Amino acid sequence: MSTIDRRQEPADARGRRAAPSRDEVESLVLVPLVAILAALALGAIGMLATGVDLPTTGRALAALAAGSVGSVGALSETLTAAAPLTLAGLGIALGFRAGLFNIGAEGQMLVGGMAAVLVGFAAAGLPAWIHLPLALAAAMAAGGLWGGVAGWLRAATGAHEVISTIMLNFVALRLVDYLLRSGLFRSPGRSDPVSQSIAPSAELPRLLAWLDPNLRVHAGVLLALAMVVLMSWLLFRTKLGFEFRAAGASPSAAHYAGIRTGAAIVAAMTLAGALAGLAGANQILGVLGRATPAFSSNLGFTAIAVALLGRSHPVGVLLAGLLFGALEAGGRQMQVSAGVSVDLVAIIQALIVAFIAAPVIVRTALGWAFPARPRPPVAAARHPIDRNGAVP
Amino acid sequence: MRLPVSPAGDVATRPAAVAGPLPSLLGPGLLASGLLTAAVFGLGSAGQGPSVFRLSRPNDPLGLPDLAVPADLVCYGVAIVLAVLGAWQMLHGFRRRRSLVLGASMALVVAAFMVWATAGKSFSLTGLLQASVVHAVPIALAGIAGLLSERVAVMNIAVEGMLLAGAFAGALVGSLLGGPLGLVAAIAAGAALGLVLAALVVACRVDQIIAGVVVNIFVLGATSYVSSQVFSQHRALNNAPVFRAIDVPLLGDLPVIGPVLVQQTLFVHGTLLIVAASSYYLFRTRHGLRARSVGEHPRAADTLGIDVHRTQYLNVALAGMVAGFGGAWFTLGSVGRFDSGMTGGLGFIGLAAMIFGRWRPLGVLFAALIFGCADSLQQKLAILKTPIPSEFLAMAPYLATIVLVAGLVGRARPPAAIGKSYRRQ
Repeated sequence: MSTIDRRQEPADARGRRAAPSRDEVESLVLVPLVAILAALALGAIGMLATGVDLPTTGRALAALAAGSVGSVGALSETLTAAAPLTLAGLGIALGFRAGLFNIGAEGQMLVGGMAAVLVGFAAAGLPAWIHLPLALAAAMAAGGLWGGVAGWLRAATGAHEVISTIMLNFVALRLVDYLLRSGLFRSPGRSDPVSQSIAPSAELPRLLAWLDPNLRVHAGVLLALAMVVLMSWLLFRTKLGFEFRAAGASPSAAHYAGIRTGAAIVAAMTLAGALAGLAGANQILGVLGRATPAFSSNLGFTAIAVALLGRSHPVGVLLAGLLFGALEAGGRQMQVSAGVSVDLVAIIQALIVAFIAAPVIVRTALGWAFPARPRPPVAAARHPIDRNGAVP
Repeated sequence: MRLPVSPAGDVATRPAAVAGPLPSLLGPGLLASGLLTAAVFGLGSAGQGPSVFRLSRPNDPLGLPDLAVPADLVCYGVAIVLAVLGAWQMLHGFRRRRSLVLGASMALVVAAFMVWATAGKSFSLTGLLQASVVHAVPIALAGIAGLLSERVAVMNIAVEGMLLAGAFAGALVGSLLGGPLGLVAAIAAGAALGLVLAALVVACRVDQIIAGVVVNIFVLGATSYVSSQVFSQHRALNNAPVFRAIDVPLLGDLPVIGPVLVQQTLFVHGTLLIVAASSYYLFRTRHGLRARSVGEHPRAADTLGIDVHRTQYLNVALAGMVAGFGGAWFTLGSVGRFDSGMTGGLGFIGLAAMIFGRWRPLGVLFAALIFGCADSLQQKLAILKTPIPSEFLAMAPYLATIVLVAGLVGRARPPAAIGKSYRRQ
């Protein structure tokens, strides 16, 4: 099939891209746009259905927009919310690429965050240029260990990573509860399960504090961007990344091609855990400043949707993380100024993922609303095989 | 949209080079746990007096005497058995019976632990078993729901959302129209979600994991939203009646069996019935055989005239009904009110039970009972005041699951076609 394509489209053979077809425009621009709009519209219908009156619904949607992109402060909140989702989402996407379904980002975030908070207050007195990297490294090591255990179990014993990562999530949750009760983490003189606060030298510096000290956007955003670049390079430009993708695409083929799939699984899970641990550190060192029980607040699960929405591509994950971050930030504003529960955002998020994952729905709706013009006969003749979707 | 992989589907195709480190770890591990049992539990319970396990409540018509055992002797006995098993494993190996030995030794360690924790006190064994069965209900039902769906090659991450929807619908309709109709609504809500999942997977060809995650997020968001937006102001909408335990005259008076299996809510009986029925359905009926053939090789099934997509719709809807019934347990079976996210990941534990139970109904029930037992053990042990922090007791079942799943080397095989969407040619 590919040989036929090449003969008929000489532009491809010369390595140049043909102009994007209507289908590509549809799937890359139109479908996501329509998906977001349709999800927002359905969210509004949901509000009306639960007894929210029309003006309030309007105000809620306006607040959703204003709270996500409406001002510098809103953008700062959006970026702050997007950073951990992107980091953890990158880890999960890496797992998908290697054929692993890592449900354990939540637990990996928790142990990573605990490591960061421990270094953050216990190593107080170090200069910031040592202290902060040390705290980040500790978080990556702890998260990597937590993910690596699941990878090792999968590679060595065949224990399914879905089970082991779910179980490790619960273990991490209890471990945090225990550690926060223990004398090691608890602040002196307090009985509630809250850890000591990190030293200022371990904080991720706020980027816009010179503009307004209330702007929370911090260096974790840059960290997330750097990781997106690093992951793109790792996945598509290195031997290790190729091994991940090969092991994911076909474990047996990779095995017979001489790739040590076991080692690739352990490495992928360790890296995924390290990224999730970094997401935890991002929350502790950039936003919270100390650890509380279940401080990861389900970000690790939302990150699964981010990875799926981003089609397991680093850049896609970044975009999906920004979108979900904007919805989180806007949702908080919506709750404050219109009194509509922030949980509505989860409905909108689910609908967006569904519509983008099932372009059939959107295309059907689009085709119904805007009947497609008859295709030019030339184009139809050029792809006789693609049209039918099968090789004769 | 397609993911580059179908993550759960490749278990069977993975090179079977996973003899793994477990055989080499099992022997020393058993020896070490034998030594630990002797040192911690044996020495720890010496001189504490016997451990008394109560089998009956004081006012039971057919009372059984209490079971009193010498704590230290039992612990030493368990330690010796473990050491012998460990030595045997190192010298000869158990080969095929390895997982059996692993499971049995873990049960022995738990028994020794309980004897140690009870030394000099008394503990209601019947109460523990009763609570175990109750806790096993949602896990078993979630596991069966996962199994019914995965047997027709539809991966069911959405079990968690189906449970939550069942709990929500049960509370809402139960408050308005009474318990029985609440139960019907819960089952209907589950079925509806099952149809949505099947439609996403079959008709829209969405990746199965994405479809499941979408359903989960949507249900969590929608139920939390309604609960905080509506229920917080109209409390009467979230105040459902609770099903009480059924009083069976003769069977219910039997010692141990009566309180554990008979005098329970209809959810326990329903669960046992559903396990039996699904086992019969899958392995003894023509429709079950067709369903399984769709899960193993949809193209072959299609060639034989089986309507693959119809089978998938039907069975996933069935799975949704089972999960909806399990969801009703959270509201109509225990507290009568819905709280945001109240299923707390039990749907995922149900999926773990499904894999652990090797995609077979009885295996799922067994695995769910182990989880349920661990769950209630941790609650009951708080009464005995052991020196172990409660968080570590709470962790134990999850760690034990990991060890057990790692021990079932290469034996769990999912339906072959799982994760792949089938398109007719």
